[in-house]
Amino acid sequence: MMGPLLVSVYVFVLAAFLGFELINKVPPTLHTPLMSGANAMSGITVIGALTLVTVADPSTGVILGVLALVLATINVVGGFLVTDRMLSTFGGRK
Amino acid sequence: MTPEEITPLLALGSIALFVIGLKRLSKVRTARSGNALMASGMLLAIVITLIEIGLVDYRWIAGGLLVGGAIGYAIVARAQATQMPEIVARFNGFGGAASALVALSLFWSEVVEPAGDGTASAVLGGASATTLVLSVLIGSVTLSGSLIAELKLRGTISRDPRIPVRGVLMGLFAIGGLALGGVAVFAIDDPLVAAALVVGLVIAAVVTGLMLVLPIGGADMPVVISLLNSLSGLAAAATGFALNNQLLIIAGTIVGAAGLILTQIMCVAMNRSLVNVLIGGYGGVAAEHGEYEGVVSADAESAAMVLEAAQSVIIVPGYGLAAARAQNAVHDVAKALQARGCNVRFGIHPVAGRMPGHMNVVLSEAEVPYEMLFEMSEINQDFSQTDAVIVVGANDVVNPAANTDPNSPIAGMPILDAAIARRVFVIKRSLSPGYAGIKNALFEQDNTVMLYGDAKEVLDQLATELAAGTS
Repeated sequence: MMGPLLVSVYVFVLAAFLGFELINKVPPTLHTPLMSGANAMSGITVIGALTLVTVADPSTGVILGVLALVLATINVVGGFLVTDRMLSTFGGRK
Repeated sequence: MTPEEITPLLALGSIALFVIGLKRLSKVRTARSGNALMASGMLLAIVITLIEIGLVDYRWIAGGLLVGGAIGYAIVARAQATQMPEIVARFNGFGGAASALVALSLFWSEVVEPAGDGTASAVLGGASATTLVLSVLIGSVTLSGSLIAELKLRGTISRDPRIPVRGVLMGLFAIGGLALGGVAVFAIDDPLVAAALVVGLVIAAVVTGLMLVLPIGGADMPVVISLLNSLSGLAAAATGFALNNQLLIIAGTIVGAAGLILTQIMCVAMNRSLVNVLIGGYGGVAAEHGEYEGVVSADAESAAMVLEAAQSVIIVPGYGLAAARAQNAVHDVAKALQARGCNVRFGIHPVAGRMPGHMNVVLSEAEVPYEMLFEMSEINQDFSQTDAVIVVGANDVVNPAANTDPNSPIAGMPILDAAIARRVFVIKRSLSPGYAGIKNALFEQDNTVMLYGDAKEVLDQLATELAAGTS
């Protein structure tokens, strides 16, 4: 049996391989949108923030969590929108 | 199946959407749908998390999502098309900051505020405490580095100040910050002392990020920006370890790996190693650029007369094009030449501009057709049969010294062979050196004519002159 930490390490290593394989040949045209989209994906930290702001009492910990939630949501919503806006101007697609 | 079994399965669906979306994002034809798939994967992840949280006080959650969503939407909606690269850098910083703040929130909520006896490692476990520190470090570096990058892209910071022994200083701050964090979570029982040390970690990390990006300029910027992109993913992954959340680990790590690949592509395009870019810079050789001799300059009118007769023209854009917001002007010149039956193409160096793919984004904003944009490897063999090359705001990426002078600091860097075209026009403000700080032999060649001035003004004049002759 694997402990939860070891499972996480397995997941980490396999995800790293997946990431490397996923992005091997990208046309330069897409470098900026790819970065932008990947960055929006790193806003996944939003779900971590959600689990930390579940009480109404505004302690320092909760306030830090709310700040995280706001910034992560800006990153997610803005990041996917800005990627879409950039890709929409990539006219004359081959 | 119980709800406890269903949500992890749904989380797998979210990961699948991320993976397929990212795959599609890396191909031009499917990129837009790939982005939409990734966005829906994110929405699914948020919904799953809300289900898992169960019945709690939703006020902060609802408020945070609404405020963040509204601000994110407003930033993109209000931005001008030319500001996209700056905004990408800003969001990257926010992502890093959010991951660091999640880790800090965890630390305060679980360790500082309960104020029990015991270190963070005793409360959270050693692995969680360690990755918490890493998340704060990486996230804070990402924040300060990305914000400096944004200011540089915007032109607010236009200098690249050199910091002496920067590599050593950066190492000291990063390791010092880690040491503070390590002591805070492993050795200190008193929560207030631990909290103070963690604040010290944040400050050290912010300074590290500032030093990482502040002296960077020119073709090194794309390397650093893609590295920051990778770091924002790794910060999320570290947060995932701290919270023991697999979805965060997977998504964050994929972003981290993808960012590293992009960083590697940028380094190869400059024939330099990442360490060399981050620590070495071109610092030592800055004073070596000599005086120029025999440089010929002309005005737009006489340049237009030469271009009128050209059958083939390649335009080589660089950061100067973006800085002068001259993308529409260059498209006008291209259209005027095409109206005369000239074959016009754009030759784009992989590290032209300040971020990966910068020129492609800038030109697509001006609706330059994608078919006119060519990569270095696709177009380099055509320069010798080209009547005229127009270099707009580029310098080091067309410097023939990279091929001819083995002692040049940029020796071995792949360049666009603009120098072997029949005529070369260089639109530039002055003869000042590029980021590499060296003289460009191209400017002295017999077939090169300098067109001094602001890129947008010169291009507008060229377009007017060229259009005037046709009608």
